[in-house]
Amino acid sequence: MSKGVLVDVTRCIGCKACQTACKQWNDMPSSIPEFDNNLGHPAKTNGYTWTTVYHRVVEKDNQDVIRTTKFQCMHCLDPGCVSACFSRAFQRDPKTGAAVYHPHLCVGCRYCMLACPFNVPKYQWDKVFPLVSKCQFCFDPKGKYDRVGHGQAPACVSTCPTQALMFGEREEMLQEAWNRINSNPNYIKHVYGEKEAGGTAWMYISDVPFEELGLRADVTERPIPQYSHEFLKYTPPVIVAWGGLLSAMYFYTKRRKDVAAEKDKGFKA
Amino acid sequence: MMSAQKWSFRITPVRMLLLLLALLAAAIAVYRLVTGLGSATNLNDEWPWGLWIGFDVLTGVALAGGGYSVALIAHILHIEKFNAIARSAMLTSLLGYLLVMIGLFLDIGQWFNFWRPFVSWGYHSVLFEVFWCVSLYTTVQVLEFGEIATEKVVKPLHKFFAKAMPFLLIVGVLLPTLHQSSLGALYLTQVGKLHPLWWSPYIGLFFLMSSFFVGPAMVTVETSLAGRAYNHWIDTKILRSLQRIGFTVMLMYLALKIFDLTSRDAWQYVFAGGLESNMFILEMAVGVLIPLVIFFTAWGKTRAGLTTAGAMVAIGVIINRMNVVITGMIGYSGAGYAPSWMEWMVTIGLVAGGMLAYCFICDNFRILEHEDEQHKAA
Repeated sequence: MSKGVLVDVTRCIGCKACQTACKQWNDMPSSIPEFDNNLGHPAKTNGYTWTTVYHRVVEKDNQDVIRTTKFQCMHCLDPGCVSACFSRAFQRDPKTGAAVYHPHLCVGCRYCMLACPFNVPKYQWDKVFPLVSKCQFCFDPKGKYDRVGHGQAPACVSTCPTQALMFGEREEMLQEAWNRINSNPNYIKHVYGEKEAGGTAWMYISDVPFEELGLRADVTERPIPQYSHEFLKYTPPVIVAWGGLLSAMYFYTKRRKDVAAEKDKGFKA
Repeated sequence: MMSAQKWSFRITPVRMLLLLLALLAAAIAVYRLVTGLGSATNLNDEWPWGLWIGFDVLTGVALAGGGYSVALIAHILHIEKFNAIARSAMLTSLLGYLLVMIGLFLDIGQWFNFWRPFVSWGYHSVLFEVFWCVSLYTTVQVLEFGEIATEKVVKPLHKFFAKAMPFLLIVGVLLPTLHQSSLGALYLTQVGKLHPLWWSPYIGLFFLMSSFFVGPAMVTVETSLAGRAYNHWIDTKILRSLQRIGFTVMLMYLALKIFDLTSRDAWQYVFAGGLESNMFILEMAVGVLIPLVIFFTAWGKTRAGLTTAGAMVAIGVIINRMNVVITGMIGYSGAGYAPSWMEWMVTIGLVAGGMLAYCFICDNFRILEHEDEQHKAA
């Protein structure tokens, strides 16, 4: 059993208290707001912002309405970043379900940024020795920034004034999501994160389509690590078979050449 | 054994230019290491991988494929007539991989941590396979070059290198088979992101096959360049029969492409128009279809025809790799990426440095003419 968070977009008022709580708890620097079209700041997560609230004007029942959506690392059950990292700088904590970044193991290749189906990992491009940056689910194995490891909710969830965020066992959050959907026809009949990328700890329910909120719609339901495994599983047999075949061919063709040379008495080095 | 001789390196205007380019690249490389990736490159959160990964690494490793394909043909299968080109092919490959290592080193953010995957095994990652194979293969190639180098320096060690050659050659074909394919397989995780013209469950196989057939093509181009520079011409017949092996693999590549596009119902994208389909058609026409036509016509029996076909195949592989890294990701990323002048200059300077090193080694070791034991290097 791992933890989960249910995001109910219909309850979010876009106050961004979660963003502030995240920055404060995790000692992240703030920046001067520069609002763009979607009223969010920053418009996307970046090297120093692990969560941000998207503001979108969407059409619902022939009316323009504003919907706000908190975005952060989804903490996949089988995370692409963990499988993509060749130095184990990403590891999933099985107890909490947090996909945690360990900076001291990071080489800085940025393959995690490509492998993440939600484009979560960001990079500190302005630094000489940049690190990857992403939500740690308020889990810190070293303890300093840990909340979830102590059984507390993440800082963002605790601070949410409208209960748009709900923290608990993932299974229970999923159950709660479907209870709300089934008891209110207003909701889209889909829990975003139930099956996306093989299932994620963070799950969303909404009354408008998820892609209009800024969430990626065409995410595969197959966990990303399986795509790599589908290839890597052939490595050991290929080493044995191809290595054996190459050795056999080497000694066979060499022997044949030597025999032919012996016959011709025309030995050539 | 050759008699002892002095080191020589003629300076010509072309070599002077190459030297300047390499020095400029070295200066920019230092600047990048001191100030960071953000100030030297146009990379950002939408484009974490750019020209250095796309060209210096993915394309560089592919173009250096001549080393393993020729080693397989000449030394594993003992087809003797190809011995004449084996050394220059393997030297180009060695230099190519050393440049790839430099390119990679410049591209990683925590470069002092480059050794980390040797001890912290992220074996679930395709990149882990790439990292280990490329490092080991570069080592193997340095040792293989040891056999050539000890003809001239530290001669007592020569017999040990000569003894180790069979093992080195076998491992030296096995490793590239693994990492050439895994470089493509890195993009398996890009499902839904990389454009369907390039994302394929067979992308690893495509990378492997194209790295194999670009080998003979590169060797042909290279012997043509070296022929002009050193007045050392390889028999056209040898080049043609080497290319025949390459083109056979290319036909299989083409067949697999057709099967792949059909099975994924992706032909619609080929003729959809727009940047992606144009670049895909360009890649296939320049790199596969036209070279095939040239090879099977009369012109393909001449040195000029073979060299032209070879050059086109090499350019086609370059376009293919850049399409995977850049063209195929534009649609998903939604943002454009153009490399900064510093990214360009480092890439150009690396190639220039490689050419200089090739010239220096050809001037001083027996690379081009080595069939004759009595040979005296010019």
